[in-house]
Amino acid sequence: MLTTALIVLPVVGAVVVAIVPLPRTATAGLAFLVALMEVGLWIVAASRFDFDDGGLQLGTSREWVESLGISYTVGFYGFSLWLAGATVIVSAAAIGYAMWVGRDRPRAYHALMLFLTGAVVATFASQDLLLFYISFEAMLIPLYVLVGVWGGERRQAATLTFVVYTMAGSLLMLASVVAFGVTQGTFSLVDSGASDNVWIFLGFAIAFAIKAPLFPFHGWLPLAYREAPVEVAAVLSAVVSKTAIYGFLRIGIPKFPEPADDLSGVILVLAGAGLVYGSLLAFRAPDLRGVVAYSSLAQMGLITLGVFAFDDLGLDGAVLLSVAHALISASMFLLVGMVERRCGTGELDALGGMARGRPVLATVVIVAGMIALAVPGSATFGGEFLIMAGVYDQGWGYSAVVALGVVLAAMYILRVVSAILHVKPGSAVREEALDLRPGELALVLPLILVLLVLSAWPALISQSSFPGNDALQALSEGFR
Amino acid sequence: MIDTPTVDWLALSPTIALLAASGIALLAAVLVPAWMRKGVAAAVALVGFVLAGVLAGVVFDQTPTPEVLLDGSMVRDQLAALAQVILAVTGAVVVLVSWAERRRGNHGEYYALLAAAGAGMVFFVGAENLMTLFLGLEWFSLCLYILVAFDTDRATSLEAGLKYLIVGGFGSAVLLFGSAFVYGATGEIGFGQIAAARATDDTFLLAGLAMILAGLAFKVSAAPFHMWTPDVYQGAPTSVTAFMSAATKTAAMVVLLRVLVTAFPDESELWTIAVAVIACVSLAWGNLAALAQRDVKRLLAYSSISHAGFMLIAIAADSERGGEALLYYLVPYSAMSLGAFAVVAARERELERPVTLESLAGLGWERPLYGLAMWVFMLGFAGFPLTGGIFGKLFVFSAAYEAGDWWLVLFGVAATAVSLAYYLNVVRWMYMRSGTELRLAPAGGSPPRDPALGVAVAAAVVVTVGSFFLAQPILDRAAAAAAALPF
Repeated sequence: MLTTALIVLPVVGAVVVAIVPLPRTATAGLAFLVALMEVGLWIVAASRFDFDDGGLQLGTSREWVESLGISYTVGFYGFSLWLAGATVIVSAAAIGYAMWVGRDRPRAYHALMLFLTGAVVATFASQDLLLFYISFEAMLIPLYVLVGVWGGERRQAATLTFVVYTMAGSLLMLASVVAFGVTQGTFSLVDSGASDNVWIFLGFAIAFAIKAPLFPFHGWLPLAYREAPVEVAAVLSAVVSKTAIYGFLRIGIPKFPEPADDLSGVILVLAGAGLVYGSLLAFRAPDLRGVVAYSSLAQMGLITLGVFAFDDLGLDGAVLLSVAHALISASMFLLVGMVERRCGTGELDALGGMARGRPVLATVVIVAGMIALAVPGSATFGGEFLIMAGVYDQGWGYSAVVALGVVLAAMYILRVVSAILHVKPGSAVREEALDLRPGELALVLPLILVLLVLSAWPALISQSSFPGNDALQALSEGFR
Repeated sequence: MIDTPTVDWLALSPTIALLAASGIALLAAVLVPAWMRKGVAAAVALVGFVLAGVLAGVVFDQTPTPEVLLDGSMVRDQLAALAQVILAVTGAVVVLVSWAERRRGNHGEYYALLAAAGAGMVFFVGAENLMTLFLGLEWFSLCLYILVAFDTDRATSLEAGLKYLIVGGFGSAVLLFGSAFVYGATGEIGFGQIAAARATDDTFLLAGLAMILAGLAFKVSAAPFHMWTPDVYQGAPTSVTAFMSAATKTAAMVVLLRVLVTAFPDESELWTIAVAVIACVSLAWGNLAALAQRDVKRLLAYSSISHAGFMLIAIAADSERGGEALLYYLVPYSAMSLGAFAVVAARERELERPVTLESLAGLGWERPLYGLAMWVFMLGFAGFPLTGGIFGKLFVFSAAYEAGDWWLVLFGVAATAVSLAYYLNVVRWMYMRSGTELRLAPAGGSPPRDPALGVAVAAAVVVTVGSFFLAQPILDRAAAAAAALPF
């Protein structure tokens, strides 16, 4: 029931926000309240969850379309509960930011944001293939409008490429869903067995690779992340991308062990290439959002390396880094938004010298930057280290690539931090530009605090993600 | 002394109810004073459709096994009854859509023709031999010819009527010619007897089959027999377009399924391929041509051609699963199609000119409920979740995959990808452009109040979304209906 409540609460909230004609601020406030209630609900769910067991819990199952074996089956494993937790926190921060900024047409905007939250949580909770597909698709509906209506100048082009890419992937996945479900006689992820059909696996893998995105399926990323409202970009890079990781962990590998193994070499090479390529692009990007967007590409490559390491350490690291990246990337995007609001631009050339007289901004940006570049001791470092160790068995070269990625991350993060805070004052930085306001701080600080907690205690996630704390066995046995 | 066949009045009652409604509405056109003529005629038609729906529901409930009626000319089974329910509900909604349509007069005749067309379709889906098949087809087609050309003050309406008459007449002639061949080859006109005659290798039989298929493909507007569709859909009064896109398609699809499965089981290897090819051509042509449309009614016309393609995939599966998928598909499809044309009608009445994509600009913000409804319909057409469209596609693809036609699944998926471009384009125009930016001049002030249309759109939304959450009950009935055919 709790899982259903986690899915339904934001959706109902969305309907209420859309229908009730409240004044501007009250609408946003109501949406924020719903988002906070969602966080509270998740905390309740986590407190009832037996992390030592880590198996499917808090589940509900109801028949839906019996003749095809489609059911409404939801529930959480350790890793999906953590991903859902990242989702609710990030979307609360994003909705709070939208409230702070005062987006136009607040009823439609906040309703769509809440709906998006519900869809992402539903994706992480789905234990039925069709339900997963439905939630996966449902995310696209609000995103399409959120980017297309509230986005920047080139929003129409951004939505078009975004939708064309993701739908191409989703429809391939639909063909795969049909083929898998019909062959198995059931769409339930709990009941169905494994398949050795490479083509069906490819349909899923490409859909996930586009959603993440992984190199070379990232064509939609720069435009979408640049043109989306900044908090929508935060949700996109933080949690929507993680649905792909969930897909690999829950469907791609457990349901297609042989094809996944056969193709793991290709995927590892592409993920490594994406890590290096994304890092280099982030280093070269001329604007704040470009840096964060391409760093997201790089980090998704890194997480995928961990997933396809087929190793306990790698898988645990992938989950830890997924959660950590969700939080840090959301914080980075929100900070980008705050800087952009003060300067009217995100061009690095026009920024600089913001540290002087703005101590809070400087502190927060530096702390977030340190976590983002995975300074030893941070949660991101923990994740990256586990992945590096895990992928070593697949070939020492991959570990070397991960190490290179860590170095490159330091390069692009330090570049962007100094471009904002240090060097000489940029042309767009006015003297009057304020320090972070308490409201803004209240949005970013919780994210960073959670990250600091995870930095102090990464085992909280890395040792509670999979049934019996044995990731490889869980995946190879299909979570049975 | 001639033996009179026993008549199963209950099985014929939906047809009779609509015929009676049609007759009364026609009398109202003469006998009722002018000021209340429209109200009386519309009410009579509405009652007729609702009554027909209820009676068809009773028939569905009380017909566990198929029975042949009237000397083998009609059949009483759940397939026909389910189709009749869909047709009757469609007709009732169309009455609501039509209510506020601007028309100088002839209201009685309009509703009489609508009910008569409905009666013809309801009769048509129960046809069990080639004679009643043709009779039903001509019956509702004649009514539609007039309805399409009903707005005599608009040249496009007259043009559409003429085009439909000529092309439709040609289609009927092909169908009749084919029926003659089949009769010549087998000496039978009853569907079951044609199958039993087993004249498999007969060239005439195959030619007849091909021509019957082509004749019905005209009516379902499948490419390459679709040429009339865009022009007629565009020119006809919008309420009539709504009726045709939902009801004609439903009736003709159900009859196509019945004819192919009951009369030509031995030739199934041939016609499944033919139907699959027609499906692919419809998907390809419908979707590609829709991309280039500016006029929303034309766009929806091409979209209906592409949906004919999806439904034909289900028929090509030639299995009970396929029949089930087709019947399920018809439910959300009819709702979405009716609803989309109803929203177009609302915009048309507000702006008093044909609705192009440009004139949808800002609709989503100015008329939030119509905008939301249109959004639902477009997403449903594209097969997004939270609408029955996704299950329609899923069931069709599952049936095709089970039948071994995985290439049809891939083709359908590719077609869906293309279709997104124009469905989402409609959403883009509604929400991402503002009406003021394009200086759309609404007719002035708030739009004309039109509660009947609002009810119609709401009903369409409810069915579109309801068929998602309650897929199983609908599928159960579709399965029962499909079980009436000898797969």
